[in-house]
Amino acid sequence: MTPTVNPSLSLNLVADLRDLFQFPFMVHALEAATIVAVLASVVGWYVVLRRQAFAGHTLSVMAFPGAAGAALAGWPAALGYYVACAAAALAMAGTGPAVGRHKSVASAVIATVQITGLAAGFLFLSLNHQILVGLETLLFGTFLGVSSSQVLVLLAIAAGVLAVTALIARPLHFCTLDPEVARARGVPVRALDVCFLLILAFAVAATSQITGALLTFALLVAPPAAAQLITGRTLAGLVVSVAIALVVAWLGLAAAYFSIYPAGFYVTTFALAAYVLAWTARAARGRLAARRRTRLPSAGVLESG
Amino acid sequence: MFSHDFVRDAYIAGTPIALACGLIGWFAVLRAQVFAGDALSHVAFVGAIAAAVAGVDERVGLFAFTLAVALGIAALGGRRGEADDAAIGIVFAWVLGVGVLLLAVLATTPRGSAGVTLANTLFGSIFSLTSGASLLAAAVALIVACALCVMLRPLLLSTLDGELATVRGVPVRALGAAFLGLLAAVTAQSTQAVGALLLLGLLAAPAGAAHLLTARPYRGLALAAGIAVASMWGGLALSYAVPSLPPSSAIIGFAAAAYVGAALWRWERARSPLHQTT
Repeated sequence: MTPTVNPSLSLNLVADLRDLFQFPFMVHALEAATIVAVLASVVGWYVVLRRQAFAGHTLSVMAFPGAAGAALAGWPAALGYYVACAAAALAMAGTGPAVGRHKSVASAVIATVQITGLAAGFLFLSLNHQILVGLETLLFGTFLGVSSSQVLVLLAIAAGVLAVTALIARPLHFCTLDPEVARARGVPVRALDVCFLLILAFAVAATSQITGALLTFALLVAPPAAAQLITGRTLAGLVVSVAIALVVAWLGLAAAYFSIYPAGFYVTTFALAAYVLAWTARAARGRLAARRRTRLPSAGVLESG
Repeated sequence: MFSHDFVRDAYIAGTPIALACGLIGWFAVLRAQVFAGDALSHVAFVGAIAAAVAGVDERVGLFAFTLAVALGIAALGGRRGEADDAAIGIVFAWVLGVGVLLLAVLATTPRGSAGVTLANTLFGSIFSLTSGASLLAAAVALIVACALCVMLRPLLLSTLDGELATVRGVPVRALGAAFLGLLAAVTAQSTQAVGALLLLGLLAAPAGAAHLLTARPYRGLALAAGIAVASMWGGLALSYAVPSLPPSSAIIGFAAAAYVGAALWRWERARSPLHQTT
């Protein structure tokens, strides 16, 4: 079979799949998407649980000053991403936990960090006297230019980040759900806060080079939020979150391959669809349970007792 | 400096925008809705692209989109009026995804000015405003500031103690939606002057500094507005003096410096034994 330049979707699923895997760039893209989906949905599970979506978004935007700064200093772009993300994570971490009375000021801090990063990015651009090539690529990414060595680097970083996450998972969970008790038990809550932000920074820096800031953020928030609507248990929730992210990423890439429109649109749309579905299922389940309770008054008595 | 028309226009538009952003931002920080403002400022750019695709005026798209998303966030929040971070994030990632789609659509049409629109909307330059546009920006910002002043007291009560406000008969939910509407209006307007991304700085940094400096509402509001206007003036003057410094970066630089100064002041005060509260 000769490769076709303009792929079209047929009703034959096997032929479609073969079509999808005929170019090396598409295979690399699917490999990268798989790694990104797993990494983002696991780290994102804690982002949603800790209500740090704003921080996640701020870190994903740091791609801009990172790339602009690296271009100015003559560094490789990847180094700029890591430096900018880590610096932003430390700046946000220096402000204390985002709970209770401090919550409102914390959001101002995150916004200030984000905006300072962006302003710095503009300054770097203007000092460099050039327009950053591919601004859209920076924000919205392209899976299609991924090389096999990039996939290997991504895999190594993802493995490292996931290992560290697994290492601190239990105390992190504890201090997320009940920081007061955790502190009383001697868990280093503050250190864990900083550590998690750094994990998030590394995950975001690694993924946003390949997927762009937009897709990183969508995969970071939507699958875990949907999973947490479906189940309250940790392990089941993580599995559901990873599964949703994989389906969203694969379907998004496949849809982009067979149409002329970009992957960014499809991935975010499928991510939103997953969340809306989970929300609807939860609402339907709640209504069903309420109806069963009114029909069986004894169950209601048992529950109230 | 003021003999140049473009500088005068920048000050005419910039001062009311900074004033409105400072006032609105103070409430946004108090209500922990800065993320909503961030989301709206990104959404504005999708609105502008949508308008370009549909072939209508950019401003129509900006206002329609940001207002629609603001009402959506208000609806998501339900009775409490506080939408979930994750829900806001998912919706606005999707809106950005739609923006990417629209850019692709625009690139395939003969008008093909996608890149230009994107650059103008994301990074609008305050030094390139026409005098008509600057007067319009000033008018919208002043109207928003006045509207906020009218609903100041009930909004303050419903933010600080929603239950008491409900008992007193204050329409808490409607006020929350109205506040998001004002936030959307100022966002849509400011994107053309300071750019969608950098608007957030005027919204968050002066207000955050004011919250660190004082807990009193009226003093805090005045401080936030004052810091925002001072940052605007200082930033414009500095970037006029140093041409390689973009005006947005200079303005944000002043605002962020004010925030860092406030944080240092607060830290120093907490350390000094004279002010230690037990």
